[in-house]
Amino acid sequence: MSDLSASVAVPSMRRSHLQVKLLEWLRSGLAILTVVICLVGVWYLAVMPMNIHTALTDAERAGAVIQPETAAARRDLGGVGLLLNNFDHAGATFNQDRPRLPSPHQVVEELWDTTVGKRITSKRSLVYHGWITLSATLLGFGIGTVAGILLAIGIVHNRAMDMSVMPWAIASQTIPILAIAPMIIVVLNSIGMQGLVPKAMISAYLSFFPVVVGMVAGLRSPEVSQLDLMHTYSASRNQVFWRLRLPASMPFLFTSLKVGIAASLIGAIVGELPTGAVEGLGARLLAGSYYGQTIQIWSALFGAAILAASMVAIIGWIQKLTLSRMGMLR
Amino acid sequence: MMTQSEIGGAAAEATKPAVIEARDVSLTFETNDGPVHALRDVNLQINKGEFVSFIGPSGCGKTTFLRAVAALEHPTAGTFTVNGMRPDEARQARAYGYVFQAAGLYPWRTIGKNVSLPLEIMGYSKAEQEERVARVLDLVELAGFEKKFPWQLSGGMQQRASIARALAFDADILLMDEPFGALDEIVRDHLNEQLLELWKRTEKTIGFVTHSIPEAVYLSTKIVVMSPRPGRITDVIDSPLPSDRPLEIRDTPEFIEVAHRVREGLRAGHVDD
Repeated sequence: MSDLSASVAVPSMRRSHLQVKLLEWLRSGLAILTVVICLVGVWYLAVMPMNIHTALTDAERAGAVIQPETAAARRDLGGVGLLLNNFDHAGATFNQDRPRLPSPHQVVEELWDTTVGKRITSKRSLVYHGWITLSATLLGFGIGTVAGILLAIGIVHNRAMDMSVMPWAIASQTIPILAIAPMIIVVLNSIGMQGLVPKAMISAYLSFFPVVVGMVAGLRSPEVSQLDLMHTYSASRNQVFWRLRLPASMPFLFTSLKVGIAASLIGAIVGELPTGAVEGLGARLLAGSYYGQTIQIWSALFGAAILAASMVAIIGWIQKLTLSRMGMLR
Repeated sequence: MMTQSEIGGAAAEATKPAVIEARDVSLTFETNDGPVHALRDVNLQINKGEFVSFIGPSGCGKTTFLRAVAALEHPTAGTFTVNGMRPDEARQARAYGYVFQAAGLYPWRTIGKNVSLPLEIMGYSKAEQEERVARVLDLVELAGFEKKFPWQLSGGMQQRASIARALAFDADILLMDEPFGALDEIVRDHLNEQLLELWKRTEKTIGFVTHSIPEAVYLSTKIVVMSPRPGRITDVIDSPLPSDRPLEIRDTPEFIEVAHRVREGLRAGHVDD
């Protein structure tokens, strides 16, 4: 018995690097899976009381007897109370056409149906709408990032800009984007700009800020002795910028970009709302709420979340690649 | 008392040209708690090829003195001359290399690239950069580490790389601000030995800030003892030790006597306090 356990223990002590990596992945994968299962469980539990009203009304029309019997009494009872009184009708809450809260499998089905199940040129394809929003997001993110970096360079190198720009940048972010988005759309429309550009402007408006804040911190991150060293070489401002400040700011830049791209997506979606729900993820959300299509709303929401997560992941991957090539990752 | 020993030192070295000269230098920092007199009426002459250590408790102005020589600080009174020029001009003329307490290598540059940093800034050709990097890395015994990143090297090796960086552009003055302060005793001994070797081979003039008495005595041809509030020079000791200095020299009576005198100087500074 002890011989057996010893012979089992020895190989497991000598795990290869690959095995250790695999085990790590398995462990973190298991943790993520556990959380997902819990969330989906809570979601299904919530679906029952949320949709029980409709389920019972339909059942009554079909001739079933519901507790309590009068509609007035039912109105006074909450969703949980109704559910407990009529638990045998709980099954009817999961697959309604217009549920108050769609169940997870309905959202997944809708996501599958509107991505894989439709031609991407179709107006009903989520990929089509996603691309409309993504293109505005990327353009806005590009503009916002460039503007943010230029402003940060100005702030770090110019005392007047240092004193004047930051308060305005902060003030710009205190204005609710929902209030200013229609203004931007209307103003740009009156000078003949429609579609992509106005949405991108709103995206840029949201995404430049984290880039400014991060890059100012990054460009100022070199230590005094590192700057003094440059000074002893009589290095020009340009040389200090390209050889010291900019490379030192890279970790800060990528962190800001991750925040910025998520903000950009929000900006693009918000920018689609006042245009009257023509195309884009924002349009899907708005149209869904006009027509009570909760499944469509939720699938658009998840589409947006998946899009944001993928973009953040891509930036994270570029960050890893860049920093390891720079020798700044161990 | 201070001026006496200072004049005595200057007379003995009169044959060699002065490389660094401080005349009645005072330097006051304005702080929220009132003015801090980092240096007051400091006079000193450093001649070509000397190895001069500055020793004293914190706040005695030894680092400030070195920084003022490098034009990183500017005296509020008096003048500095470096190679016959003002410190700013001397910096423009690439008169000195500066080594900071932290190695301060740029983490995104390899060791070779770190050493060639001043060369890039000063506009040396690619070929000359490579040749010089190879030569100075060899000088600090880091040949073969060009492609490594700083984090792959020990603290002592990083500091050696930063010395190589200061040597790369042939400045004939080397200013070192507690370069080995953060290293352990054994590494420090080794680096001290190497630094002496390097000094003899390159015939540079070295200004070296430390607060280790043995380090100052072991390395220097001249030891400048300083004391704080206000920062000033209390003693200048010309070392009687031979230029050939194995580590064992630290057990000889001569060495112990010089160390004793340094200690006395430091104590005198404290009595004034």
